Order: sequence, then structure tokens, then C-alpha cells
Amino acid sequence: MFEWPLLSLLVWLPIFGAAAVVAIASGMPKLVRPLALAVAVLTFLLSLVLYAGFDVSTAAMQFEERSVWIEAFNIHYHLGVDGLSLPLILLTTLIGVLIIIGGWTIQDRPHLYLASFLVLQGLTVGVFAALDALLFYVFFEAMLVPMFLIIGIWGGPNRIYATIKFFLFTFFGSVFMLIALLWLYLQSGSFAILDLHQLPIALNAQILIFLAFLIAFAVKVPMWPVHTWLPDAHVEAPTGGSVVLAAVMLKIGGYGLVRFSLPITPDAAAALDWLVIGLSLVAIAYIGFVALAQSDMKKLIAYSSISHMGFVTLGLFLAFAISRNTGDVTGAGLGITGGMVQMISHGFISGAMFLAVGVLYDRVHSREISSYGGVANTMPWFAMFAVLFFMANSGLPGTSGFVGEFMVILAAFHASFWFAFVAGITLLLGAAYSLWLVKRVFYGEIANNAVAGLKDLSAREWLLMTILAVFVLGVGIWPFPLIEMMEASVANLVEHILQSKVEGS
Amino acid sequence: MTIAELELALPEIFVLSAACVILLADLFIAEQRRGLTHMLAVFSLIFAAILSLRLMLPPGETVYAFSDTFVRDRFGDILKVFSYLILAAVFVYAKHSLRRAGLFKGEFYTLSLFALLGVMVLISASSMITLYLGLELLALSTYALVALDRESRFGSEAAMKYFILGSLASGLLLYGMSLLYGATGSLQLAEVSAALTGGAGDSMLLTFGLVFVVIGVAFKLGAVPFHMWVPDVYHGAPVAITLFISSVPKLAGLALAIRLLDNGLSGLHGDWQGMLVVLAALSLILGNFAAIAQTNIKRMLAYSTISHMGFMLLGILAGTPEGYAAAMFYAIAYALMSAGAFAVIILLSDGEREADQLDDFKGLARRSPWHAFLMMMILFSLAGVPVFLGFFAKWQVIAAVIAAGFTWLAVLAVLMAVVGAFYYLRVVKLMYFDEPEVEHGLVAPVDFRAVLTANGVAMLALGLFSGGLISLCISAFV
Repeated sequence: MFEWPLLSLLVWLPIFGAAAVVAIASGMPKLVRPLALAVAVLTFLLSLVLYAGFDVSTAAMQFEERSVWIEAFNIHYHLGVDGLSLPLILLTTLIGVLIIIGGWTIQDRPHLYLASFLVLQGLTVGVFAALDALLFYVFFEAMLVPMFLIIGIWGGPNRIYATIKFFLFTFFGSVFMLIALLWLYLQSGSFAILDLHQLPIALNAQILIFLAFLIAFAVKVPMWPVHTWLPDAHVEAPTGGSVVLAAVMLKIGGYGLVRFSLPITPDAAAALDWLVIGLSLVAIAYIGFVALAQSDMKKLIAYSSISHMGFVTLGLFLAFAISRNTGDVTGAGLGITGGMVQMISHGFISGAMFLAVGVLYDRVHSREISSYGGVANTMPWFAMFAVLFFMANSGLPGTSGFVGEFMVILAAFHASFWFAFVAGITLLLGAAYSLWLVKRVFYGEIANNAVAGLKDLSAREWLLMTILAVFVLGVGIWPFPLIEMMEASVANLVEHILQSKVEGS
Repeated sequence: MTIAELELALPEIFVLSAACVILLADLFIAEQRRGLTHMLAVFSLIFAAILSLRLMLPPGETVYAFSDTFVRDRFGDILKVFSYLILAAVFVYAKHSLRRAGLFKGEFYTLSLFALLGVMVLISASSMITLYLGLELLALSTYALVALDRESRFGSEAAMKYFILGSLASGLLLYGMSLLYGATGSLQLAEVSAALTGGAGDSMLLTFGLVFVVIGVAFKLGAVPFHMWVPDVYHGAPVAITLFISSVPKLAGLALAIRLLDNGLSGLHGDWQGMLVVLAALSLILGNFAAIAQTNIKRMLAYSTISHMGFMLLGILAGTPEGYAAAMFYAIAYALMSAGAFAVIILLSDGEREADQLDDFKGLARRSPWHAFLMMMILFSLAGVPVFLGFFAKWQVIAAVIAAGFTWLAVLAVLMAVVGAFYYLRVVKLMYFDEPEVEHGLVAPVDFRAVLTANGVAMLALGLFSGGLISLCISAFV
């Protein structure tokens, strides 16, 4: 039976679609937006086919495609998904559709704007689906190019500083990963990620490789103290750029940790888990306070993202401490599952918050909290959605934000009381900065004439907000399908990382 | 000398004849029909490429001729084919520029073809004498080319500098060769190599000779600290000539290094490896940091050349077939990228002045989106960002240098690649994020635009499908 190369379609359809969008721009400018939307929707539908055909009972790679790419170095064009990558691919394609709808009103070279996002989307799916390390690296780096242009062309006043900083930070991080990958290739003769998982490595080599990977992924996540590019990039990026950055691109860092760092260098990860946990706790608590002090809405959400991504990295690295404490393997997966759920949830919530800020910014052209006040009086429907999203951000039960954080804190208790204590602080802090922002922007008296003249959501914005609200509530109320999707893969991962790879090397 | 031997040198004989025919024919071609000379030169190159492709030797086969002073192997054949093709592209780019600058003369073609002949002889040299002959033919033709614009003060100054420093380098190289001859008793590279493996020669004399030879090679490549001529020559020469200097002679530089250091002096690998490590590290550091400070794009690309030569040296210093293949890939990739970048400078220039300031790139994306896109691909390729060609060149040399045990050098190289990314990004920034200062569009002949498009798209296509070119380079060192 002929099988459609679904993953390849998910990667290449948006990229070729982007080329088509640019190609028709001069001849048929009216068709640019509908075509981009059609491509994004089609890609999303294809990813649903992927979901429908996915077997949740196995940790093996599914929908695999493999052909030789660079024969001389044994490099393959090798794609496949498991329970760790599938949810992220679905998130990517969904956000892809929302971005195109959200970018409908862009006036400056709309074809390039939409095409950049489509290319970015295709490359991101490639990152999540790549099973060859060099292929992964190529997708990982190539993504910088469209994002560089998006921030640089359509961004705010300080966009050039922000976009060059973004590019160089990420580029700097990832070159160390390249060296680690080349070293692994010279040891094993293969770039296949699954082969590298099985490769025995001595402990001191593992530690160096682990640190190289950590630099690459920590910049991407971003973890404290290499997070400084993120607030700049977020503030200057156009709304769509901020959404993609927060909802999808940060997840690549977390994904890299579970796909590379943990399984390839499990002993180094176990030996240095205190480092990642420490940095995560700093991010959660310290950055939470930083967020509290912001007067710019986008900056506040950016810092909140860093703090919430701290939960992800915390969850991912709790497994070792749990198994040391309890000697129990089954409970050790809780943190990893929590981290993965938190990534998906943060994708929806941060994307939704940036869209909400975008809605206000389009009308008032200010991101300052002090420019607003009493927005709920003039935009009641919008206020309803926005309050929901900010509540979700603070981890309100019933929303997706609660699920991941709860699982991670629960896992942290198994590891150490103090981890859980520090992580728990964020629930307070998150509620503080989220709700304080809501109070200052949405409630109270109408602050000025600009706010008094606001019109409520357009049909397009309604659509965006509704879709995101459905997912935020859906995952919050019934997270089972999401957890079921990743269960087998997480169990397999935990079993793998708790076995030493040092012996035999 | 037999007919069979002459047949081995058929491409060289053809290029020599073509150069002479063009030299004569050009005398009879009227000024306004100079395009004919151009067509003749381009078609000669295409024919030479077909000839070399048909005669190409299978992997692993090496044939000597003319009392073992001339060698034909797959490495040489591949390099020659790329030299023709890149020179043909250079001719198309240069025509547009020379015509506007009033320099569109037959001499350009004759001198370039003689330079090409020098490159070919150098590539096929198996004796130090042939090597030197090829090098000098290339160098003398290039000195004259740099001074092509007699009216230009900068051009004359650059030519003078180039000539003096180049002669010094040639002298050093020659002196080194004579010392090696004294130590091993032969000028044939194969015999030198055999003598070294046999343990012959005074080690003091050999080391002395080696130092001078390496300095000579470093001068020709423009590696730090023998790089001083590069920025001035790149800056002073007419842009069409800079375009030439930055492309084909780089392939010759690679051939010079590999013929001398690998074919001849592989027995001294331990000695020259250390020297190349220093040269490569310094080139990477100085080239990239100095490029940041430039406001003139020709100078910026000159310093970027220095850093790229540092990368290429990484492959050579590994001293393994994989390393040489990586260096070869790098040289070919660099020649293509560099040709494309200078072509865009030509495109932006008008009759009055060359667009050699960074600010000339402002708002190119508005003036000509397609050409800005091509230039962006070339720049990202130069910066080594996947999925463009330059990335595949970079990771191969880095892999080679890690395999050779110099992980610290690999770390330095990637850090310098990050520094390098900054000044390439700055040009992208000027093109895409800034508003244009002049509104008018860009005019260029059809052939120019077609070749530039092919050149730019090759950055992406050769990156996506780099497997073929990688295998080709590896097959040269079986």
C-alpha cells in the first residue's frame, strides 16, 4: 500500500507554499492572504491525520521516512515522530494557522511576512521530526533566518538591536552543539539520533557533551542567565513573531533536552542535574520577581515565559533525584510528563497573551501598562478572554496552566521538599504579576480617551481568541489525551536514562 | 616527449591556444564589437570544461608526463573544471562592470586566460619547477590585471604593493625550494616525498626549507601574518579584477598547498601541521575581527577572505584525505560565494563610481527584492548558516580538525564563525531593514542576471544537495 510521506508533507508543504505566496504577490496581491491561509490550514489538517494514525501504545518511532542524504558521511534524511515530538508538531501547525489569521492586517510587504512564517513553520516541524542529528541541526539553525527577518523588518523601534542579538545568541549557543555532534559522529560513525542514544561514552566526555548541548538548548529555552535576548526580541517583534517565539520556538530548547541531552548523556545529566535544577529554580523565582517589576506588557509576558519555562527544565531533570530518593522508576516520569505538558500549555497561554496584547497594541499603539485602565468597560468580550488567559498563566485549576505546574510540583516533592517549596512560590508570583496586570489594564475607571474610544473584538480576533480559549480550557479540564500521547515515550525515556552508559566505553 | 604525453596536457594546450587566438583576434575586432572577444573567451572556457570532463581520470588513477614534471589526477581535473566554470561566470560579471568603467578591452581576457593557464599548470605540477612556473604565470598576469585601470591612483598603488610583496613571497618560496632540493637531492615532489620517508636529509636544512615554503604558501593564500596585501589589493583594484582575484586563484592556492605539503612534504607533516595551526588560528581571529571595523565592503570581504582561508587551512592541517577533501570543498564553495558577492557589488555600481560602501546596500530589498534575496543567500552562506553551501563547507573542515585531535581549534573556529556572522548580518540588515537612499531600480544585461541568479540559487541548491559535491571531493583523494 502506498503511504503518504506525511511528515515530509508537513515540512515541505509550508515551505513550497511560501514560495508560491511570494510568486503570486506581484500578479495577484489579493490572493496572497487566502493562499497563505489555505496552506496553513491544509498543513494543520495533515497534522490531524498524523494524530489520528498515531499509535499511543508504543514508544517506537512512527511514520518514519528514511533516505540517504549525504552518503559520504552516512547522513540521512530521516524523519519520524514519537510521543515526545507529536504534541509539539500539533502545537506548531495549530499556531501556524493562528499566525496567518493574526497577520491578516499587515500592510508592509504582506507576502514576505506570511511567507516567512510559513517557512518558519515548516522548519520547526522539521526540527521536531528530524531523527538525524545533522538534519536536526540544519533545521534548528535555518529557523533563525526567517525569524531574523520577521523581527528585523516588521518589528518595533529597537528591532535591529533585538534581532541581531537574538541571532547571535542562538548561533553562539548552537555552534557548541555542532562540535558535540561531530565528536559523537567521529566516535560512532553515525548521525542517527537513535544510534547516539545507544552509544556508550565515558563520563568525562559525557560531561563535556552535556555542557555543549546545554549551552545550545539553554539559550533557546531560555534559561537564566542566558535569557537576556528574549525580552528584547519579544518586545520588538511584531505580534505574530512574539507568538511564534513564545509558543513554539522556546519549546525547541525543551525538546532538545529530552531528545539529546537526557538520552545521549544520561550519566552526565544525572551528575549535573543540580546545575539545571538550580538554574531552573532561579529562573522560576528570580525572574518571577523581575516580571512583577515590568511596566511594559510584552516584557512582562516575556519574563513570565522565562519563569514558566523554568518549570519545564525543572520537570525534565527531576527524574534522577526522584529515583535516588525513592528507588522507584515508575514515579520518575512524572516530572518529565509535567514538563512536556507545561510546554504545550505554555504554548497556548503565552501565544494567547501575546495575541491579546497585540489586540490592544493595534488599537492604541502602546505596550505600556500605564496607557491603559478600565479596558473591560469598553471591550467586555475581549476582557473576558484576556482575563481567562492571564488566569491560566497564573495556574488556575481548570486551565491548562494548572496541569503541568501541578505535576512538576508534585514530582518536585518526591525529589526534595525545598525544590517544591521554591517552585511553589511561583504560583504566588505568577498570580501576582498576572492579576496585577489584569487589574491595572482591564479594571478600574476608564483611564483616558484612547481607552474610551476602543472597539471590541472584530470577527477575526474573536476567532483567534475562541480557538485558543478552547484549547486552554480543554487541556485544563481533560488532559488525558495529551498525557496518553506521551506516556509510552516518557516511560521508555525514563527507563533509558536511568541506566548508565558509561560501562562498555 | 610523445604524442600520448601531449594528449595528457590537452586542456592546457587548448587554453594556451585560445589565449593566443584571442590576443590576435582582438587586434582585428573593432572597439564597438568587443563583445565578440568576450564570447570567444567564454566559449573557450566552456569548451575547455567539456574537454576536461571527457578526459577526467577515474578516482585513484595518477598519470605523469614530461619527465615526471607534470601530473594528471582526479584532484587536478576537478579543480580545473571548476576553475573554467567560475572564470566563465567571472567574465560575464566583469563585462558589465568593465564596460561601464571604460576598461572593456581585450587585455582583460588575454591576461585572465594566461592567469588561468598558470592556475592549470600549478594544479598539475609534480615538480617544484613546474609549480613555480605556474605560480609566476598566475602572479604576473594578476599584477597586470590589478593595474588595468591606468588612470586610477589606488589601482596603481595596489598593483605596486601586490607586485613587491608577491615577488618577495615568490623569492621566499623559491629559496625554500632550493633548500629542500639541497636536503633531498630532487625537485620532483614524489622523489622528495620518497626521500623524506627514507629518512634522508639534514633535518636542520629540511626545517629551514619547510619554513620558507610554508611562508610562501601563506603569502599566496593571504593567511595572517602574511595577509597585508589582501585588503589593499581588494580595495584598490577595479571591482571586476577583485572579483577575479577572490575566486579562481583561491583554487590555485589550495592546489599549491596540497601539491607541496601533501604530495611533496607529507613526511614532514608533524612539522608543518604546527605552523598551519598558528596561521589558521591567527587568520580566523584577525580576519573576522578586522572585518567588523570596515565600512568599505570590498575591504570587508578582503578580511572575510582571510578568515575563510583560515577555515580552509583547518582542512589542510589535518593532513588526512578527509581533511584535504574538506579543504577542497571549502575552496570551491568559497570561490562561488565570493564571485556572487562581488557580482552584487558590480550590480549596484553605476557608471560614475563603484558601490563599495556598505551604505550602498541600504534598502536593496525595496529596490530589487530578487537580487536582495540572492545576496542574502550568499551572505548567509558566507556566514555558515545552514542550509546554505557555506555551512556544509564549514562543518566538514571542523570535523576534520576534531578528528585530527585539535578540538580547541574547532572551538575557536566556531566562535570566530559567530563573530563573522555579525558583519554578514549587518549587510542583510542594510538590505532588508533600512530604507533605500536612491529609488531607481537596477539595470543589468540578461546574461549577467541569469548567471547571478544561478550563482545565488546554487548557494541553496548545492547546500540542500551537497552530497554530490562532497562525494566528488572525496573521490579526488582516494
